[in-house]
Amino acid sequence: MILAATGDVPVTLVELGVVLLVLAVAGRLARRAGVSTIPLYLLAGLTLGEGGVLELVTARDFIETGAEIGVILLLLMLGLEYSGEELVGSLRTSRRAGVLDIVLNATPGVAAGFLLGWDATAALFLGGITYVSSSGVVAKVLEELGRIGNRETPSVLSLLIFEDLVMAVFLPVAASLAVASGAGETVIDVAIALAAVAVAFAIALRFGDQVSRVVSSPSNELLLLTVLGAAFLVAGGAEQVGAPGAVVALLVGIALSGRAAERTRVVLTPLRDLFAAVFFVFFGLEVDPASVPSVLPEAAALAVVTAATKVLIGMWAARQAGIGLPGRLRAGTVLVARGEFSIILAGIALAEGLEPELGAVAAAYVLIMASAGPVLTRFADPVAQRLQARSGS
Amino acid sequence: MAAVRTITQTPLPGVGVRYDVPLSSGARLGVLAHRSGRRELFLYAVRDPDAVAAEVVLTPEEGKVVADLLGGTELVESLTRLQQQVEGLAIDWIELPASSAFVDRTIADAEVRSRTGVSIVAVLRGEEAHAAPGPDFRFAAGDTAVVVGTPEGIATATSLLTT
Repeated sequence: MILAATGDVPVTLVELGVVLLVLAVAGRLARRAGVSTIPLYLLAGLTLGEGGVLELVTARDFIETGAEIGVILLLLMLGLEYSGEELVGSLRTSRRAGVLDIVLNATPGVAAGFLLGWDATAALFLGGITYVSSSGVVAKVLEELGRIGNRETPSVLSLLIFEDLVMAVFLPVAASLAVASGAGETVIDVAIALAAVAVAFAIALRFGDQVSRVVSSPSNELLLLTVLGAAFLVAGGAEQVGAPGAVVALLVGIALSGRAAERTRVVLTPLRDLFAAVFFVFFGLEVDPASVPSVLPEAAALAVVTAATKVLIGMWAARQAGIGLPGRLRAGTVLVARGEFSIILAGIALAEGLEPELGAVAAAYVLIMASAGPVLTRFADPVAQRLQARSGS
Repeated sequence: MAAVRTITQTPLPGVGVRYDVPLSSGARLGVLAHRSGRRELFLYAVRDPDAVAAEVVLTPEEGKVVADLLGGTELVESLTRLQQQVEGLAIDWIELPASSAFVDRTIADAEVRSRTGVSIVAVLRGEEAHAAPGPDFRFAAGDTAVVVGTPEGIATATSLLTT
């Protein structure tokens, strides 16, 4: 079959090969420079899309499907990281910091949306984009800088979980707002989406053990097929009734626990890496690179403001946990990075044709935040030392 | 023996559990138990007590060896508790029949640990218990060896000691 393929298939393969090799080169550059790969994948997508340096013709459909799979895998893996008890525990301990985080970091985005003359729904999406930190980037930075054992780290992780849970509620609501036409329909759509998420959540928390037992298998191959099959089926089913499939995939991840989750993480990681990269490229493809420079000043201003508000909330949360100044600065700065969730939100907004400018603003914003966040947090300790020296302690 | 000061336990969502042990020397020791079984030991900085100054990463096996070295004879006491807590760890009692090849031979001769990964933590002889027997402890017919290890390891050790 494959050998006999004719027509578009060879072209598609060549294009996919080019895309993956471009990503490989971009990833190497990112590694060498010690920054996150997300901004470079976005840039790669921008250069390969319409109006870019090299235009893809036939691989686009495949990449679009691949991007959908990428979102599902990103959230499935995120859910696998946490157990139900950890989620409930974090909700309880970081409730106040979590609410303050929403107020401080979503408000600048919403305000910027209105200032740009967008409608309320588009502004709400921008609020979500500026609110949510990148769990992926932050976890990687904590690991690389050897901060997992630091005493401020639990505050950081709790805030990240709180944000991810807020997203599990925000995403369905925002998605229904984006598609709905009339006011009455909107209310019904939002209600259905929330109900679907609530049911999935209840199953994840209540029947996690049973789900894990049914899914687990001594064979890695069978485990992979079972989990992927279940995640795609449930995510697709949720999309059919109007709930975002990605959120349901997150809940599938949460439902799995113990050894089943541990092993699923191992077998899914390479797949997640591949399709998440495809997802970032696809978003880059969707955005016209020519539209990015014109929104750069707005995105940069938003980046400065929301970097500051994120540092504030991180420092506040660490202070509540009795952490000293250097630790507070580390916690605040490490949270600055925005990434996959912001792009997922922008992707939904783009797919629903919300506000053409939103894609460009989100791309520029995440480019700045995902690059600057990890770099910024390396300066936390030197800055703290200087501050402490000045105050003469 | 001076009491150990309060050990605090902090869950690290997605990672594991971190234990903080304030030492009488004034230093603070952290132990991070990863969900994967990996263990990390931390020493915190003096100037910045929230930051890790030095860390040691131990594989699950290395962690057990170090725990053995530090724990010594206290191991036996905590075993019953451990059995209920640790998945995949089993305790069993193996009785040596008179026909066993190791009657009147030493624990070192049997090489139970290197062959099966199972540790003999005690030997019961009549009413008498020999806790943490050394390598030159000599088996007698009718002895019961208390062993700890994986269920598979224990199965191998049982066939080794009883034939």
